[in-house]
Amino acid sequence: MINSGDTAWVLMSTAFVMLMTAPGLAFFYGGLVRRKNVLATMMQSFFVLCLISIQWILWGYSLAFGPDTGHFIGSLAWAGLKGVGMAPNPDYAATIPHLLFMVYQMMFAVITPGLITGAFAERMKFSAYVLFTLLWATLVYDPVCHWVWGAGGWLRNMGALDFAGGTVVHVSSGISALVCALYLGKRRGYGREPMPPHNLPLTILGASLLWFGWFGFNAGSALCAGELAVWAFIATNTAAAAAALTWMFIEWKVTGKPTILGGATGAVAGLVAITPAAGFVSPLSAILMGIAVGCVCYTAVAVIKLKLAYDDSLDAFGVHGVGGTFGALLTGLFAQKLINPAGNNGLFFGNAAQLGTQAIGVAATIVYSVVITFILLKVVDAIVGLRVPDEEEVVGLDITQHEESAYTLLD
Amino acid sequence: MKLIIAIIQPHRLEDVLKELDKAEIHLKTVSNVLGCGRQKGRTEVYRGRKETGNLLKKVRIEIAVNEGFVRPTIDAVMRGAKTGNIGDGKIFITDLAECIRIRTEERGEVAIG
Repeated sequence: MINSGDTAWVLMSTAFVMLMTAPGLAFFYGGLVRRKNVLATMMQSFFVLCLISIQWILWGYSLAFGPDTGHFIGSLAWAGLKGVGMAPNPDYAATIPHLLFMVYQMMFAVITPGLITGAFAERMKFSAYVLFTLLWATLVYDPVCHWVWGAGGWLRNMGALDFAGGTVVHVSSGISALVCALYLGKRRGYGREPMPPHNLPLTILGASLLWFGWFGFNAGSALCAGELAVWAFIATNTAAAAAALTWMFIEWKVTGKPTILGGATGAVAGLVAITPAAGFVSPLSAILMGIAVGCVCYTAVAVIKLKLAYDDSLDAFGVHGVGGTFGALLTGLFAQKLINPAGNNGLFFGNAAQLGTQAIGVAATIVYSVVITFILLKVVDAIVGLRVPDEEEVVGLDITQHEESAYTLLD
Repeated sequence: MKLIIAIIQPHRLEDVLKELDKAEIHLKTVSNVLGCGRQKGRTEVYRGRKETGNLLKKVRIEIAVNEGFVRPTIDAVMRGAKTGNIGDGKIFITDLAECIRIRTEERGEVAIG
């Protein structure tokens, strides 16, 4: 039975999640790079929106949500949306058209490869980016999505909790981002030359749009316009605020001044961590999760990354990989059936086994993502080459990859 | 003819312009520049990464004058720009070989004022 209220909310949420990729992620990342790379960086977010929108219809949705094949991946039976119509699919959402569920999930498939771009910013060849993204979406995102959310997926069968994509979206992209950063190597001059963000207002605008869009991401994942959406909405906002405050207070203590970049980064870390938990935890738990992930991600980004000296340029791993992993595990502590009877209790509510289930989900996603991402980078490197030549990196990707520049010197 | 180049703190610009006006020195070129002297630049922190030695914003004023105006120009800039703190800036004075007004093609001292 189609419910018009549920349908309206998921339609809106779909548009919210689209907004997260462009302009949200595009501005967030675009402001963080140097001015010679801002368009190339925003292009990566904009392009992935176009590319995966098509991939998802042609074969992506079928691989992720289509009829199960060995609990590992969907079959191609729904390729080109064959058989996906207006009738609801009770395996996924019983009160909205199946096609609406498809397009809502499309926006998740879009943003996930977009998140990885933060790791190889300012040095990847555009052709390599296009090829890598298409392969990664098909061979990493679609299968992992099937494991966790697809009917018959092995993690779904096992009872792993992932409300809105902590594992599917953030762990998979975040850990792949680290592999990319290590494989591509540092930007020229990294650690020796200053590489400050060229336009922080753009970054703050992007982060705030991400926060806004995340209501569609998390509260939309309730797939109904009801109580569960309200719980998820509140948990989302609460964790973002708690993590942002935590990050800024740490900075105040450690480096002397709170920064707005720190606040924005903390907010995103909080949003990442609450993603798997949003529909399972209370507002008070969300505060604790936000504080914890603020501390963990700050340490990952501002301490560990500098010590190990890898160039995860815009902290895709430090925020999404670390925050996503941590959030997925915390879900195994704070989840409670009181909030969502379809979920389960976590360790703090008498079900210690849930933490183990969460850990298996995270570990499987990490291992699979690392291996496949590494192979894909090898393949793409062999076909088109991953990095731009040194002289093109110096000139900047806007001119060398796209022949346009963001800011003219003279009017 | 001399070319006077003053590098000053941006927030002193309005006062320097006022003093130059009072001294009836009206022709100048002003630009935003980056630089550092004894202030040794500034530290910025991005996601915990400290970046030291970032150049400071300064304002550069260029004024071409005839000999008689050298002293009044220097005095005006000093009155407007001096606070007594590190970072007040510097004044450079060089000989000016030639000056040409494009509109009239006048050359030399008549072209300056």
